[in-house]
Order: sequence, then structure tokens, then C-alpha cells
Amino acid sequence: MNEQLLQANSNAHEANTELVLDIRNLKSHFFTAKGVVPAVDGVSIQVPPGKIIGIVGESGCGKSMTAMSVMGLLRYPGKIVGGSIILSGKEITHIRPKELAKIRGNEISMIFQEPMTSLNPVYPIGHQVREAILLHQKISKEEAKNRVIDIFRAVGIPEPQKRYYSFPHQLSGGLRQRVMIGMAMVCRPKVMIADEPTTALDVTIEAQILRLMKKLCEEQGTSIILITHNMGVVAEICDYVYVMYAGKVMEQAETFTLFEKNSHPYTQGLLKSIPKLDEKTDRLYTIDGVVPNLLHLPEGCSFCTRCSQAQKRCFSEKPYLYETGQNHGVRCFQYESGVHLDGK
Amino acid sequence: MFSKVLKRIAISIPVLIGVVLAIFIMLRIVPGDPATTMMGEHVNPAVIEKISREMGLDQPMYVQFFKYVANALKGDFGTSYRLNRNVTQIILDSFPHTVKLSLLAALVAWIIGLSAGIIAAIRQNGLLDRLFMGCALMGVSMPVFMTALILQYVFAFKLKWFPVSGFDSFRAMILPAIVLGWNSAGSIARMTRSNLVEVMQNDFIRTARAKGLRENGVIVGHALKNAMLPVLTMMALQISSMLSGAVLTESVFGVPGIGRLAVNAIETRDMPLLQGTVIFTTILIILGNLIADLLYNVLDPRIREGI
Repeated sequence: MNEQLLQANSNAHEANTELVLDIRNLKSHFFTAKGVVPAVDGVSIQVPPGKIIGIVGESGCGKSMTAMSVMGLLRYPGKIVGGSIILSGKEITHIRPKELAKIRGNEISMIFQEPMTSLNPVYPIGHQVREAILLHQKISKEEAKNRVIDIFRAVGIPEPQKRYYSFPHQLSGGLRQRVMIGMAMVCRPKVMIADEPTTALDVTIEAQILRLMKKLCEEQGTSIILITHNMGVVAEICDYVYVMYAGKVMEQAETFTLFEKNSHPYTQGLLKSIPKLDEKTDRLYTIDGVVPNLLHLPEGCSFCTRCSQAQKRCFSEKPYLYETGQNHGVRCFQYESGVHLDGK
Repeated sequence: MFSKVLKRIAISIPVLIGVVLAIFIMLRIVPGDPATTMMGEHVNPAVIEKISREMGLDQPMYVQFFKYVANALKGDFGTSYRLNRNVTQIILDSFPHTVKLSLLAALVAWIIGLSAGIIAAIRQNGLLDRLFMGCALMGVSMPVFMTALILQYVFAFKLKWFPVSGFDSFRAMILPAIVLGWNSAGSIARMTRSNLVEVMQNDFIRTARAKGLRENGVIVGHALKNAMLPVLTMMALQISSMLSGAVLTESVFGVPGIGRLAVNAIETRDMPLLQGTVIFTTILIILGNLIADLLYNVLDPRIREGI
């Protein structure tokens, strides 16, 4: 146990800070009729307290599945097959449903991509948020109601007393996502996972929601895992970023480092794909090819089929995640001189 | 809410008038003269003519119709040819039997149907699911007279657990209630299961899990109310159709209810009685629909504001 903690500390982004959430070598596979799909294939993510951690990648790269695994929300045919998830020093990977229920919504919570459908249409929103409190804390309904109204005010819902009795269909998408954030924050969790929280919203609302999340995170000391495919969002609020591809972390770095010194060909491609205001181009940059079928991954590096810098060995050998600088890891043979970060 | 109820009732009135008109015309088109039916075949034609005149059967059909409607509005549906008694009174006498049978059957259907449906949904594709859905399919697809006859033969005639027919004791009511209830339970169970399975795929179920509810809490607290909306409608319609007389069940078990009354009226060409039962039945069905609609309004906030 001590050894594990020591190791966790040595790998933390900030020295001497205990991690709130430590995901180590997590493997979640889907057992389908066509074969085993390794949706999450050895992912390690460290979340220090009060930080915003970004996970970026294309659709289907396993970022949502990583989040679902952490929340214990994977459903048949998906299953965690390896690795460990440690929430404030406690192993939660294979705990009993009863124990898991106590943690969910309390110590770790999640908001989802689809605010329009994530609230139950037949109950008032106030009751749905109140339920989250009553499940985890022994307080009276009246007290819980006041807490809900407070959190509604905090997430910027106008007329919180009146809105308490509103039904989801009476609210806009932006307001519904504020309700979801309120629900996720109301028990003051240690970690909040936000799975593309602004993808379904329009851009003006997106900025408001992101600012709100960042503010609440700072006030309550909650860490956020922000899952997104939007590099702009990452640049705006994340402290540290993991770039995922085909179920693996391809590169991890502090946000500034990632944008300045991006090292993995995939990250380079992603950043080049962002349209720039000061450049006149006819066609936007794209990474050639498509995300490989997870059932038939290439033998070597999973990005080799689309990589512009691929060498011969990339097609036959799997690269490790190599340390290239402080808190910076890249899964590419170009950085082979660095220390292996995998499996530690 | 109140104005909506009034609106719904107003819509029902043309339906009722249409049904009355249709049944009135149909019964006058079918062969067979009521006076002859009443008096028997071998009676002096002069007597029959006299009786026809007394009953107003020689008048034009529209005159007869308006007279009938005018009387019906006063609660008088005429006099039965065979029983020589007021039709309203006959219907009100047999209705309690139908009510007893229906309520008992509905109880069987709701308790068994709902719990089987919920369990089957939770244990989707498991052994219990298959067993319950098999029974439900049997209940839905076997003709009622067949289940009635089989259960009657096995449990009443062979095993002698229940009386073969009649409706005078609680024991006698059990078999008819099971026969009638099984059929409804089947459709309730199937619908509950499929709705629950579908609702469990929704995003808000994931939210409920994420906030820390355990699986049973998710199903009871969040999935059930959504899944029950269409099932409740069906249950309201079922009970109104049961109340309007389970023709086959009542006939097989000799229950003196509305259903058997209608069958007897057809067999004896008792026109006023048949008209009376059909109109009574229609009113019940319309009421059932109305209640189902209102239930939907109470339970689903989206519809409450919709119209």
C-alpha cells in the first residue's frame, strides 16, 4: 500500500500532492458477437485535487468509456477487465454495487453530453436534484430543498424558487445543463467528470457553462475531468491534457506544453486541424484516413496507418509512453530515449 | 383541467348519438318482426297487427327514433319484449354482477400483470422472463372461451375445487375472474416489460445511476413512472371493456351479468333490451377513454400543458 502511494506521488503532476483520482492501466473491453473490442486499453490518468484535467480525442477513441468505467456505469457487454481505479486512496474498481452507489453522486459525479434527455421528464427538476442530496446526506427534505435552491442560484438559474418546480421540458438546453451541473456539484464531490458538457449547446452558452464549471471547481476545490473533442475548450480551461486515440493515451502534458511543444504526430495533426483566423486557406487540414476499427487494430502503433511520420517498425512494434520532459509523455518511437511511463 | 374535461365530454356526445343511430337502424334492418317474436309463430295475424300498432312499430322509422331518444334521455329505454320489464331496471340488476367480476379480474390482471412485467424486464432474457412472457403470450393469444372451458373442465369438473357455474359465492367468482384476468394480465405484462426495457435505455436512467441510486431505486423511482404511462391507459380501457360485459366468460360460467344479458337479448330478438345494453356499454367505454386521457394528463407533465 505504501509503495503504491509513493509511486502515485512520484508520478503526480505536482510533487507531494495526494491524488484525488488515480486511474492505473485501466482496461475496459466490450465482448461483442464479432469479437472483443478493447475500447479502453491500458489508460492511466492522474487527477490531483482542484485541477481540471482534459481528455481529448476523436469520436470512438475511448474517452467516454474511460469515464463510464470510472463511474461504474459500463453496461453489458462492456466490462472492466484490468487495471485499478483509486478514489482518494480507496480502490473502487470492483466494489459491491451498494458501496459504489454511496460514492456515485457523492464523492464522484458526472454530467453528460445530452442535457436534453438526461433529466427525467416526469419529475420536477428540483426534486431530481434534491434526490441526489437525500441519497447521501441525512438532512430533512426542507433543508435539502433550500440546498437545491442555493445550488440553482450558484449555477445561474434565474428565479430558483420558481424553477424548483419546473419540469425539464420547460427549460432550454443551457438551463438543463446548469441543472445537471447543479446536481453533480450539490454534494460537493471530489471529482466531477464532464463528458462533452457543451457539445449539444450553442457556442455562446458553451462559454458560460465552461466558465461556470471552472468557477465552481475553484470554489469547492473539486477536480474536473473534462472530456471533449474541442481543442479550444482544452486551451481555455484545462490544466493538464491527455490525448487519446483508439483506447490508448497517445500524449499527456500540461496544457501549455501540449500547445507549445506538441510532440506526437497525432497531436500535431489535431492542432493543425484547428482553423486559424489569420491564415487564408481553401481547405481545412485533416488527418488522412479514419479511426481504425477497434476489432482489427494494426499490429504496431495504432496510429501508424494514418501517421505521416511512420517508420517501418511502427507497423510491427507497439510503442510505449515515453517521458520526454517534466510531466510530458508521448507514445511514439521518436522519443524512445525517454523513460517508459506505461504500467507504472 | 376542468375545461378540458368538458371539452372531452362534448366530443363524446356525437359518438354516442352515432352509436344509438347505428344500432337503431341495424336492428330494424335485420329480419324478424318484434310482435311475432313476442307472441310466437302461430298467432292470429290480426292480434300481431294490433300489438305492432300499440308498440308504435307501424310508424315511420325516424318518428320511432326520436321517440326512443326522447325516452332514453329520461332514462327510459323501453320494455323488454321477453321479460316484460323495464330495460333500465334489468340492466341495473345485472350490472353489479359484472362489476364484481370485472373488479376481481382487474385485480388479478394488475397484480400479476404488473409484477410479471417488471420482473421480466429486470431479468431480461432470463429464465423468469421467458416463463412469464410465455404465460403472457398464452393469455393474450388463447381465445377466452377456450381457457374458460379448459379451466372449467380441470378445476371445476375434474378437481371439483370450484363450482362449475353460477356466481353466488366468492368461490364461484374465482375461475371466471382468473379467465378474464389472465387475458388482461398477459397484455399488461408484455406492455410493461417492453416499455420498461425501452425506458431503461434512456439517458435519464444513466443520470439516476450516476447520482447514486441503486438499481432497484432506479427502476422503481425513475423508470416505472415513465414506463407506466401507456400501460395505465391500456388498463383503464381494459376495465371499461370488462365492465361492459365479458360476453364469453359470462356465458361459459353462467354469470348473470351485462354480457350474458346481451347474448340473451340477441338470441331472443329482444330489441329494446339489446339496444339498452349496447348504449350502456358505449357509455362505459367512452367514460373509460375519458378516464384514461385524464390519467395521462395527471401523470405526464408534458401532456398536461400540451393542449
